[in-house]
Amino acid sequence: MGEAIEVRNLWYIYPNGVVALKGINLEIRLGEKVAIVGPNGAGKSTLIKHFNGLLKPTKGVVRVFGVDTRKTTVATLARRIGIVFQNPYHQFFSEKVWDEVAFALKNFGFPEETIRHRVTKVLRLFDLYDYADRSPFTLSSGEMRRLAMASILAYDPDIIVFDEPTVGQDRFHKEKIREYIKLLSSQGKTIILVTHDIDFVVEEFDRLIVMSEGRIIADGAPREILYNEEILTKASLILPQIPRLVKYSEIPFLLKHKPLTEDELLIAVLGILRGDGGRC
Amino acid sequence: MPIIEVDNLTYYYPGSSKPALANISLNVEKGDFLLITGPSGSGKSTLVRTFNGLIPHLFGGRFEGKVLVKGKDTRYCSVAELSKTVGIVFQDPENQILTLSVEREIAFGLENLGLPRKVIRERMEKVLKDLNIVHLRERIPIELSVGEQQKVIVASIIAMMPEVLVFDEPTAHMDPLSALKFLELVHELNKRGYTVVVVEHRLDLVAKYANKIIILNNGRIVVKGEPRNILPSDIAEECGVDVPRYIRFFKRISNLAKISRYPISDEEAAETLKEVLGYGRSY
Ligand SMILES: Nc1ncnc2c1ncn2[C@@H]1O[C@H](COP(=O)(O)OP(=O)(O)OP(=O)(O)O)[C@@H](O)[C@H]1O
Ligand SMILES: Nc1ncnc2c1ncn2[C@@H]1O[C@H](COP(=O)(O)OP(=O)(O)O)[C@@H](O)[C@H]1O
Ligand SMILES: [Mg+2]
Ligand SMILES: [Mg+2]
Repeated sequence: MGEAIEVRNLWYIYPNGVVALKGINLEIRLGEKVAIVGPNGAGKSTLIKHFNGLLKPTKGVVRVFGVDTRKTTVATLARRIGIVFQNPYHQFFSEKVWDEVAFALKNFGFPEETIRHRVTKVLRLFDLYDYADRSPFTLSSGEMRRLAMASILAYDPDIIVFDEPTVGQDRFHKEKIREYIKLLSSQGKTIILVTHDIDFVVEEFDRLIVMSEGRIIADGAPREILYNEEILTKASLILPQIPRLVKYSEIPFLLKHKPLTEDELLIAVLGILRGDGGRC
Repeated sequence: MPIIEVDNLTYYYPGSSKPALANISLNVEKGDFLLITGPSGSGKSTLVRTFNGLIPHLFGGRFEGKVLVKGKDTRYCSVAELSKTVGIVFQDPENQILTLSVEREIAFGLENLGLPRKVIRERMEKVLKDLNIVHLRERIPIELSVGEQQKVIVASIIAMMPEVLVFDEPTAHMDPLSALKFLELVHELNKRGYTVVVVEHRLDLVAKYANKIIILNNGRIVVKGEPRNILPSDIAEECGVDVPRYIRFFKRISNLAKISRYPISDEEAAETLKEVLGYGRSY
């Protein structure tokens, strides 16, 4: 597999002098599924805005599909890399929900029939079909966020970046987003998720990148990172719910097993209840 | 007298044929910590907008029934007047930013209250510290990360010390540790006598602080009561509420092991787990 995204010694300084990224090195392979976490102000959103060329490096290089983002345009990149931003209302400008989703498709020259089909499909998927004629700005906050996702997913880019997609979503919608990410991933898409929803991460992602103060401070398997107190503290992370329960319980067998999810805890607990787990 | 009383409220946004709120009745008493949750689009923010009169005054629409704040009907009070009692932090921080510096943002509301300079200074220092944003004091709010903006807006309302503090998904963009600390702060404020209303999805962090919870679905209150009784209920699950993982976990093993009562915090969950597995409290 080739590289979807390659970041070499990336520094970014905002016009106001804030040094938001301090020497980021990162490779994301085609088809990979990666989650990025870290404290407020760590530089997560700043980093992903480099992936479609919206921000250009102050120093260093960002390559997307091997192309230096400084040598191409946002419009060209956007066709292959879709970013769902953290402030959805920033990207809305249509009067109707339907048009908002259709816009990019029209722009990219899809035939009328395909547009109708795809818009219908994503609006239904995200439970927005009934709102097709409403103004995007009258949606509830969670609905707006789903609309932002729908308008990117409709044109089927190869890399999809989600900045905080689960904010304001209930469990059913989180579940839907999870299923959709799975589906996209199985189709070979590259998925990048920026989030504070660490429980969502452990249930779906196997590579976790931790940022702090403009740097990457950890990059690896969630289980290793999340059971490492030092990284947690540095990253203003708290343990996901299940590891938190394990930690407070201080049950040695579970501490050794390091379960991350409800299912994993269930298996471990059943082991103990059946007697084949070590009571130490 | 309840501090906020919602009496059989039904509300339609302008041009909408489906009510965003239907037959809502609800009392918020002085000293309450009320948690509002429910699926996306269920009417949580709409309900919150009725607490300081934004609905109906700013949004218009059809408004039936009534909302009373300290006994006064919101239809006959201005938003400005109601806001002195009920301070609301809305969703999406960016839309609430008014000024060009973090300090100005916090001072703005305080100056409008006509407070002396010295008091303004003191309160400013306190909330900057409480929200851990001292380092951002001279920054331009629109040039902050979303989570940083959220902290600034929250600080600006807390500084005004209204009797009722209302937060609509305040931790949505806060990193987990900030969210935890913020909710602890809200708990502290509640203990000091503030009445608190929080719309939240992070129930694992907040449920233990609330004495009342309501779940909204389709503009209706489907259930209300104490979090400990409501969260393990099937109705919470069916509405898509993000029930804490530990409650879901114990529900899943409840046919294998006797669960005497469902936990409402990490600490309680750990105790329950030890009980289930036969580990003594002090082993
Ligand atoms: N438009 C901007 N102009 C100047 N500085 C900015 C701007 N946007 C962000 N910053 C600053 O850059 C740093 C990184 O911000 P960024 O938005 O990338 O953080 P983040 O990790 O996405 O945080 P959050 O979790 O709050 O979304 C912060 O110090 C922030 O204050
Ligand atoms: N300004 C508005 N105009 C018309 N409909 C609205 C407006 N704001 C919200 N709605 C609708 O009212 C319902 C409840 O929205 P809201 O209270 O924001 O939900 P929640 O906060 O629970 O996610 C949703 O169906 C939403 O689309
Ligand atoms: Mg961000
Ligand atoms: Mg809302």
